[in-house]
Amino acid sequence: MVTANKPQDNYKKMFEQAREQVQSRQEKSRVLIGTASCGLAAGAEQVKESFCREIESRGLDVEIIEVGCIGHCYAEPLAIIDKPGFPPVCYGYLDEGLVHRLVEDFIAGDDPSYEYALAALERNDEFPTFEDFPRGVYEKKVILENCGLTDFSKIESYIAREGYSALAKALSEEPKQVLEEVKAARLRGRGGAGFPAGTKWEACMNSSDDEKYVICNADEGDPGAFMDRSILESDPHLVLEGMILCAYAVGARQGYLYIRAEYPRAVEHIQKAIEEARKKQLLGSSILGTGFSFDLQVFQGSGAFICGEATALVNSMEGKMGMPESRPPRLVEHGFRGKPTVLNNVKTFAYVPLIVNRGAKWFKGIGTPDSPGTAVFSLVGKINNTGLVEVPMGTTLRQLIEEVGDGLPEGREFKAVQIGGPSGGCLPESALDVPIDFDSLHEAGAIMGSGGLVVMDQDDCMVAVARYFLEFTQHESCGKCTFCRLGTKHMLDILTGITRGQGDDQTLQLLKELSEDVRDGSLCNLGCTAPNPVLTTLKYFHDEYKAHIEEGRCPALVCRDLILYYIEPPKCSKLCNVCVGSCPTEAIYTRDDGLKAIDQDKCVKCDNCRKACPPEYNAVIKLSPPVLPAEKERKAK
Amino acid sequence: MSEHVNITIDDREIKVRPGEKLLWAALENDIYIPHLCAIKEESRPNASCRLCFVEIDGIDYPVAACTRQVEEGMVVKTRSTKVDRLVKTAFELLLSDHNLKCSECPANRNCALQRIAKERGLKLKHNRFKPIGREFELDDSPAEFAFDRSRCVLCGQCIWADRVGAEAWIFGFANRGIDRVVTTFNNLPLAELKCNECTLCVDACPVGALYYKREQKV
Ligand SMILES: Cc1cc2nc3c(=O)[nH]c(=O)nc-3n(C[C@H](O)[C@H](O)[C@H](O)COP(=O)(O)O)c2cc1C
Ligand code: SF4
Ligand code: SF4
Ligand code: SF4
Ligand code: SF4
Ligand code: SF4
Ligand code: FES
Ligand code: FES
Repeated sequence: MVTANKPQDNYKKMFEQAREQVQSRQEKSRVLIGTASCGLAAGAEQVKESFCREIESRGLDVEIIEVGCIGHCYAEPLAIIDKPGFPPVCYGYLDEGLVHRLVEDFIAGDDPSYEYALAALERNDEFPTFEDFPRGVYEKKVILENCGLTDFSKIESYIAREGYSALAKALSEEPKQVLEEVKAARLRGRGGAGFPAGTKWEACMNSSDDEKYVICNADEGDPGAFMDRSILESDPHLVLEGMILCAYAVGARQGYLYIRAEYPRAVEHIQKAIEEARKKQLLGSSILGTGFSFDLQVFQGSGAFICGEATALVNSMEGKMGMPESRPPRLVEHGFRGKPTVLNNVKTFAYVPLIVNRGAKWFKGIGTPDSPGTAVFSLVGKINNTGLVEVPMGTTLRQLIEEVGDGLPEGREFKAVQIGGPSGGCLPESALDVPIDFDSLHEAGAIMGSGGLVVMDQDDCMVAVARYFLEFTQHESCGKCTFCRLGTKHMLDILTGITRGQGDDQTLQLLKELSEDVRDGSLCNLGCTAPNPVLTTLKYFHDEYKAHIEEGRCPALVCRDLILYYIEPPKCSKLCNVCVGSCPTEAIYTRDDGLKAIDQDKCVKCDNCRKACPPEYNAVIKLSPPVLPAEKERKAK
Repeated sequence: MSEHVNITIDDREIKVRPGEKLLWAALENDIYIPHLCAIKEESRPNASCRLCFVEIDGIDYPVAACTRQVEEGMVVKTRSTKVDRLVKTAFELLLSDHNLKCSECPANRNCALQRIAKERGLKLKHNRFKPIGREFELDDSPAEFAFDRSRCVLCGQCIWADRVGAEAWIFGFANRGIDRVVTTFNNLPLAELKCNECTLCVDACPVGALYYKREQKV
């Protein structure tokens, strides 16, 4: 039994200390640089160096802090300048020149150079905040609230914003309280399937076994998904606190974070966070001076996509081949080392401290009754604002794409949106008013999945898209069960044929039937969801399939076997020969009349000439079906 | 716990051992359900061949019988439109990756695939799926038997016999996805490994992949 307020008292001391420390740091100017993986890719490291150089050369006393994902990846590299007397201001598209200017005018001088700012981070009278943008109206940051705003390398930054207070609160109550709160909040798993976390935890808690495990699934193998990585890199203690709370609720003493080895920064940040938490007695034995002990360890995954599947993940942790098992038994009965195990996604755990602190009622106030809370998406593809967004469940796809993502770039016409990664579905315009929640998306044939969201336009071929995703899942199939091992192979072969114009109505029928059987007959969810992109494109974009097989035409001009490159004589200029040099196979020749033309036998369809042709001519076009128009002047090479 | 549970399969009421998997409960009562990968003694089912689907009252999708424990009052149907469709597809998928030449095969007339075809009115030869046509090398290095992977259905029976029966650990699965195979350590010929030719694996093989040379046809 836990003594009355010992954890609370211990926490209070810790909190005061952290707050003082953080406040004293805030008395001088600070530059926060987004150095999550995507920031680094955009050159955040150089930006940081520029800041250091500029600041040093002026002898300024400024602290430079690395933070995680700020969420506006389209404008990377990003930094926030927080100078006493001003609201913190976020700047994007940074380069050496801009850094020079900001240091000179804002940090050394007193001009925040608002013309270069994206937004302020606190309400003020001078400059709008992110919430004032259309995007901000729809966005609701809950688990991303502090991503990119906090120094992930210091536990004090987390504690000073009341981090670990949920743990202190929970420890002064019975474990059952945590469970009841999570159950009442109707928190559903964010790893894709939306299974109620409370139900899982309760089953584990009720087990009489005294050896139990809590595991965080951070395998995140979907191509294009990076939100779990962002949270681990940017706010690691939030996830740790969620796991500790879970362990307290179910009675586990050991936990693991299964992080894919391709995420070295996430591993590094989490490991550092674990060490710091141990030092503060927030992890390890007698946490916050109570009788509760729990420790955490990082397990680095091998990287295979299937290892994200719950039973395969456990097998891989036990040193066996990462292959799924049939369930039941469920992991909460027979998990890691045969012991009751709770496995949840990174985001699922991240909600827990907030639910414990703010209450189930608060949580249910966001989102829909059956899918409370928020959804995190990474927006990519033909959309203006790419990046990580968090919106309340129930937001429609239209709002997400048009308002939060600021729509498609000029001249692009919406065709489809692919949600949920390779196991998700492709939805058309007519489905855009579907609210985003676990059940509505499922009904529409897509899934929440990993939260990948790709916007596609007229230049995307739906058959090629389906083929692309299926190629991924087929490649990642573990090969254990018949439907997935052989079914996805035949599906892929059929799709490949269609992209070459092969097939008839029966082929489409077979593809549909086989897809349904793979969905219904496979052993694990990889096979059961792999057909989603195929089934949804067959349903919503049937005409596009038909055009391929009946007319040998790819409407989006993507499928190589169904297009040819052609130089339109009226547009081509005799004064120009740019395309000639761009062609790797010397396929372009000069006709008798001095215009250029393509020798189809030599052309390998590399697209170079089309890109090279100057915009004022734009003479190179793609034709589908691949039939040359009749022409007067040809000849000559 | 009571001594037995009562279940109904295809309108027949039977008494079966508590904890028993549905597949074995049916088979032991002479009710046939197609199966290749199930191992009675193994508590955790392979559940990989996907042939043993049945319908259980109250569950609106077909369930693999080798994965479900019997429960008092369970009502089961071994056939339905959905079951037949899944079994047909699984069967045809397996055969699309199978070197089908029964007349030359040592397992002819004693083959689990032929049995399934007969029981369920399915054709061994079909043209719904193009043959995948993987190429394998024959391993006829042991004195008594040989291993022709082109007939292997990846059921895992030989691996179980080899590990649990013979404790030899000669066989194992290798590779992922479509390349999955049963293989030996380093893919070495059986004769070069510590295989003592107990032939338990040969007896376990439900098809003509592991066979006695004396039964060879050509
Ligand atoms: C092929 C496959 C890959 C998966 N990958 C992940 C993953 O990377 N991360 C994850 O949290 N869940 C993944 N899942 C889902 C897990 O099996 C499991 O449902 C989830 O981790 C449970 O956590 P939750 O209830 O919090 O969602 C995957 C499932 C499948 C079938
Ligand atoms: S569905 Fe695919 S990944 Fe899952 S067990 Fe079967 S073969 Fe393996
Ligand atoms: S598409 Fe490539 S290969 Fe063909 S003509 Fe243009 S540059 Fe040459
Ligand atoms: S680049 Fe364009 S305009 Fe110039 S020669 Fe080639 S096709 Fe003609
Ligand atoms: S294993 Fe069976 S189905 Fe295959 S060739 Fe031999 S007898 Fe025919
Ligand atoms: S060799 Fe025979 S027993 Fe072994 S997996 Fe193949 S078919 Fe099954
Ligand atoms: S990772 Fe850079 S803002 Fe998202
Ligand atoms: S016998 Fe049930 S799946 Fe193979």
